Amino acid sequence: MVKKRRITLIGSLCKGCGYCVEFCPNKVFERSEEMNDKGIKLPKIKDMDKCTLCGLCTRLCPDFALTIKEDEEDD
Amino acid sequence: MTRDVLTGSHFVHGDWACAEGAISAGCRFYAAYPITPATEIAERLAQRFPSLGGKFIQFEDEIGAIASVIGASFSGLKAMTATSGPGISLMLENLGLAVMTEAPLVVVNVMRGGPSTGQPTGGAQGDVMQCRWGMHGDVEIIALAPSSVQEMYDLTVEAFNLSEVYRVPVFLLSDANIGHMYEKLVIPDAEDLRIVNRRKPTVRPSDYRPYEVDESLVPPMASFGDGYRFYSTGLTHNEMGYPDTSVEAQDRLVRRLSDKIRQNSDRITRVERAMVDDCDILVVAYGITARSAATAVKLARERGLKVGLLRLVTLWPFPDNVLEDLANHVKGVVVAEMNYGQLVREVERVVRPTPVRFLPKLGENPHTPAEILEAVRRMAP
Amino acid sequence: MTQEMDHLLSDYLRMDRLPHIWCAGCGLGIILHSYAEALKETGMDLDKVVTVSGIGCAGRASGYVNTDAFHTTHGRALPFATGISISRPDLKTVVISGDGDLFAIGGNHLIHAARRNVDMLVICSNNFNYGMTGAQYGPTTPPNTRTPTSPYGSVENPFNLVSLVASAGATMVSRWTVFHVYQLKNAIKKGLTRKGFSFIEVISPCTTGFGRLNRQSPLDMMRLLRDKGKVRKVHPTEAAIDPFNEIILGDFVEVERPTFNDALAALEGEADE
Repeated sequence: MVKKRRITLIGSLCKGCGYCVEFCPNKVFERSEEMNDKGIKLPKIKDMDKCTLCGLCTRLCPDFALTIKEDEEDD
Repeated sequence: MTRDVLTGSHFVHGDWACAEGAISAGCRFYAAYPITPATEIAERLAQRFPSLGGKFIQFEDEIGAIASVIGASFSGLKAMTATSGPGISLMLENLGLAVMTEAPLVVVNVMRGGPSTGQPTGGAQGDVMQCRWGMHGDVEIIALAPSSVQEMYDLTVEAFNLSEVYRVPVFLLSDANIGHMYEKLVIPDAEDLRIVNRRKPTVRPSDYRPYEVDESLVPPMASFGDGYRFYSTGLTHNEMGYPDTSVEAQDRLVRRLSDKIRQNSDRITRVERAMVDDCDILVVAYGITARSAATAVKLARERGLKVGLLRLVTLWPFPDNVLEDLANHVKGVVVAEMNYGQLVREVERVVRPTPVRFLPKLGENPHTPAEILEAVRRMAP
Repeated sequence: MTQEMDHLLSDYLRMDRLPHIWCAGCGLGIILHSYAEALKETGMDLDKVVTVSGIGCAGRASGYVNTDAFHTTHGRALPFATGISISRPDLKTVVISGDGDLFAIGGNHLIHAARRNVDMLVICSNNFNYGMTGAQYGPTTPPNTRTPTSPYGSVENPFNLVSLVASAGATMVSRWTVFHVYQLKNAIKKGLTRKGFSFIEVISPCTTGFGRLNRQSPLDMMRLLRDKGKVRKVHPTEAAIDPFNEIILGDFVEVERPTFNDALAALEGEADE
């Protein structure tokens, strides 16, 4: 098991501003059709391999909806 | 060596006595803006504070002054400001914040002729309703009225005690006459002073709910930097201090802020009675007016008139119960105030249908005993 | 608070109060994030920080941070904070408030707090309008822009906030935007760890107010901050600000001068009568 850090979305906090989608240097995000309880269409990571974990999205997100978590992952 | 409590006899003016009362009570933060006739309080504290570790700041205006006093209070210091009518007007919004967030503090109003710029060097009692009703919304405050230089000291100490117990701004309503007149002041030994401090929370920070109360209706008060990381706001709030503008929260909070004073009214109010047990006419007065009234009552008794004096030491909460009891066995009430009719309305409200004769006085000079005696004679059966 | 709401900055925020009340795309959330991250990176003891705010959208910031905090009356955060700062010089007092609260109704207190060099950090969110009450114009609204109280275009001259604060005597003066998150965080860290009146103006989009009324989408506004923000080493009086053309950014002033707190401390121990 390898512990891997990844960008994690807290969907309930997202307000759909789109800053993460627009400003990620590697265009890792796209808008999805998945909605949270408030009807906001959430972003989703379309290409995790392109993510360098720079963390810019977590800092530009006005709603604390993006953070970095350590996940267990199979090798 | 600097002493904080200047035990001994002094011949000083009221403002000086008030400043020393604050120091004796443990006040170590004072912010104000100069205004006649309260400036001397600031000047005395500017002189005394540095060697006592007290913080003095002359602010750019009264609004800043009272705001900083509230900040200091929440930082754990006993804090005070002194001003006159125009300054209270400026402070009213922040005084509302102090009531809403339950900040212990003392505000001295050395009253002068109003309205507006008025008579800066003339004593008056025209701001009695202002401190009670000037803030928007439903509030209850405590107001004390000293009648002497000695009481400028004693009642300042008492004002701090009351503010600490009830977590409410306490007004000291003096006037230019008492503020600037010279009389003997006796300051007791420090160990003979009764000093009360606010209740602090006993729970762990993680369990602290800043505005949760027991039957006293007064929440224990943490200070900034104590580790409680609490939040206070002027918005209607819940027991955590978080904004909650729901109907339930508004109803609950507004009632409690007033009830904590109203339900303790009998414990808070203080009056002085003289010759009231058998009187037909009751004279009601406060502050400097009460001194003339005391003489008038003695003169009336010498003339065979059964007159008594009720001196109000606490103006707010108004001593309804005391006055109601007395009114039951008097035939008339004379109210003398240095204004055009303020506290007399409260008296009328309480003693109705007993007739009330009002004796106004405008223009800096207190009533003479003869003036009050004449009013009493006119009313006597 | 569920596991799901576990954020890297959870310890620095009142997670039980999220989501916050600010609109989608509002820069205040970014400022709050920057503040929280700066607190984390300085390693400061959160028990020793007090966050004070005024009235307005920016004023709500004090309610989301996990420190002692106070939400005061309109325009009066600075004197309130002065009372704290000089009563408890061992604590770090931070003010977060908006352009209207600090520079219109609070303008007088602003110049005096800066003049005194009271030890505190002031983070001013400048979104060019009075957001909370519905986007009316304020002391930083650019000329000819539409707001509900300037329906024909505003006719007033706006302040240059960094110029004003520097002239009044502040010892640290910076301007960044919510797009420049790293520089902003670093400026906040500097303000947190130094002594003196430290001021950071943060240009921030009001997406549902000023932006919407002037036909700027949230993304338009953020792109403007990115593209029109120019970092220059100039005197604050030359740090022009025109949100649609050029916004001069930078850490303009950083000087050491005795603080008001120092001065009061020096007085103590003076002989009494």
